[in-house]
Amino acid sequence: MKTRIELDDNIYNKKVKEESVSKIVGLTKEIVEEISKEKDEPKWVLDIRLKALDYFNKLPMPNWGPDLSMLNLDEISTYVKRGINTSDKWEDVPEEIKNVFDKLGIPEAEKKSLAGVGAQFDSEMVYHKVQDDLKKQGVIYCNFDTAIKEYPDLVKEYFTKAVPIMDHKFIALHYALFSGGSFVYIPKGVHLDNPLQSYFRLNSKGAGQFEHTLIIVEEDSYLEFIEGCSAPGYNTLNLHAGCVELFVKKNALLRFSTIENWSKNMLNLNTKKAYVDENGKIEWIMGSFGSKISMLYPMSILEDNAKCEMTQLSFAGKGQNLDTGLKVVCNGKNTSTVVNSKSISKDGGICTFRSNVLVNKKASNSKLSLSCESLMLDSISRSDTIPSCTILNDDTIFSHEAKIGKISDDTIFYLMSRGLSEEEAKSIIVRGFAEPISKVFPVEYAVEMNRLINMELEGTIG
Amino acid sequence: MLVIKNLYAKAKDGKEILKGLDLEIKKGEIHVIMGPNGSGKSTLSNVILNNPKYEITSGEIYFENELINNLKTNEIAKKGIFMSFQTPVEVEGVKISEFLKTAKNSISDERVNLFKFITNLEENMDKLSIKKDFINRELNVGFSGGEKKKNEILQLLTLNPKLAILDETDSGLDIDAIKVVSNGINLFKNENNSVIIITHNAKILENLKVDYVHVLVNGKIIKTGDSSLAKEIEENGYSKYLK
Repeated sequence: MKTRIELDDNIYNKKVKEESVSKIVGLTKEIVEEISKEKDEPKWVLDIRLKALDYFNKLPMPNWGPDLSMLNLDEISTYVKRGINTSDKWEDVPEEIKNVFDKLGIPEAEKKSLAGVGAQFDSEMVYHKVQDDLKKQGVIYCNFDTAIKEYPDLVKEYFTKAVPIMDHKFIALHYALFSGGSFVYIPKGVHLDNPLQSYFRLNSKGAGQFEHTLIIVEEDSYLEFIEGCSAPGYNTLNLHAGCVELFVKKNALLRFSTIENWSKNMLNLNTKKAYVDENGKIEWIMGSFGSKISMLYPMSILEDNAKCEMTQLSFAGKGQNLDTGLKVVCNGKNTSTVVNSKSISKDGGICTFRSNVLVNKKASNSKLSLSCESLMLDSISRSDTIPSCTILNDDTIFSHEAKIGKISDDTIFYLMSRGLSEEEAKSIIVRGFAEPISKVFPVEYAVEMNRLINMELEGTIG
Repeated sequence: MLVIKNLYAKAKDGKEILKGLDLEIKKGEIHVIMGPNGSGKSTLSNVILNNPKYEITSGEIYFENELINNLKTNEIAKKGIFMSFQTPVEVEGVKISEFLKTAKNSISDERVNLFKFITNLEENMDKLSIKKDFINRELNVGFSGGEKKKNEILQLLTLNPKLAILDETDSGLDIDAIKVVSNGINLFKNENNSVIIITHNAKILENLKVDYVHVLVNGKIIKTGDSSLAKEIEENGYSKYLK
């Protein structure tokens, strides 16, 4: 069994040679200026970076969640440049990078008629493609760095408007160093049948990743966006402080799916926020498997009749602390929020679900329903639910349900009496537990997720 | 096929339940084990399948001349022993079809041919008058007593073991469920396999050709006879066997 895990791991652990890569270590004003200069950015962007750097130095470390004291920013090279320009042809992507993508199945994904694939390799987009018909419909899907140059007015209008630069220490760090990421603009009345995909991947030892994703879905439009994140295993601590800003306009729908399988030394401190206008809908779909520590609480701000749906699954193993959840602010009347969260912890892994709900006075007749279920595979693992809720009107319907369970011996015996090994029995129980969540995931990721669950369970049962 | 010699077993909490039980089942036979509450009926089936909640303190269990005392439950299943549960557990999110496929693959030496598997499964469902969408339901979740029983029998026919142990200790089984079980046994039974029915309800035996009836009292088989013994117990109860 062990051998199989190692084989699987190898696929993810393919590291390309780190030659021809220049790193800038540490964080000073000069570094920020140099990043900006190398990117040939306009002054207004540099101004944001410098202001953010200032906030980063002033703001305190967050002290309410997982312990982040092991993080030493001086040791992390904050930016890695590969000297590769974004290409929209697969053939132009350098061979060794291509090999990594091949092993992760990215081109296969595209063959399955995905509308466009943007893959981020370290800090630069190396591969990007949008199908021609999308371009004809006025859809913009490009590297965020490119968007700054080619669509400055659009970027200026929305950039930093959902997530302000002083929000917290790590978002300030993000704005000082942001590089790469996706920019998506869906014009009014455009319904994308196929999802757009981006694949983020950290490859360089000790490299931080600060990609910025900005998505605008105009009135009456529909978009499904899938981001997958992965990093090969390295010993140095890695930091991911990305930012996602989403704008969902009137009657629009955005489904935003994330599968995170960062390596087990990654600190994943990601910030995501969606503004949902009248009658719009945001669907968050999150799968968190990797990282040493994750702190991830996507925020939705809902106007009249706006809807928010979140489907979430976390799986924490040995040494992992996955602190996830959501924030919801109901500003308009008749809003609806439905949350389904499931977590699995084993070998001392910790899963925490935090929710922070604010229903303002004018958000009358709002409905919120939150459900969290956790499954612990042994007695040394942990699972917590920390709800917080402020309701400022008197006609909101709010419900919060939390359930914590263990796998029963009777169930294992029953399944084993039908020929399943203890490992298979646990695996089928865990997959069954995750099933209501995994069936919502994009199909290739649901398959991937089942594979991950099996991989995580293999070799853990003595 | 199955030989149990001088078996002593206790529950993990320490109470001895089986106290020197002997039993021999040959190929092609149907055996019935009857006994009052607390005599050790359910313990026997659990011990044969090596449920970790029980422990064998002495004695041996042989299946096809091989000692199986220390095998894991799934290894015993792979040897060809199946146990139908009195109260099968509910497993959320696991479809019956997926579960049956996994189980069939687990007990087979070679990878199961999917086409054959489905054809066979559909035949079995037909025989048991099970509707097509049944196998898309989650394993036992929200099932009635009769549906759970049907599902156990469907598993029995699909996995097609050499020895089937049917734990039917619940006297509260309704008429339909009893029919499902006895009908299922007749569908399963042939000259090459064997059945143990554990019950204290003789109704279940009405349509079956039973070879032996054993009376289990206080962890030991104290009397063995033919099917007339079951009738006698139904009429007179166990009082004459209890001291």
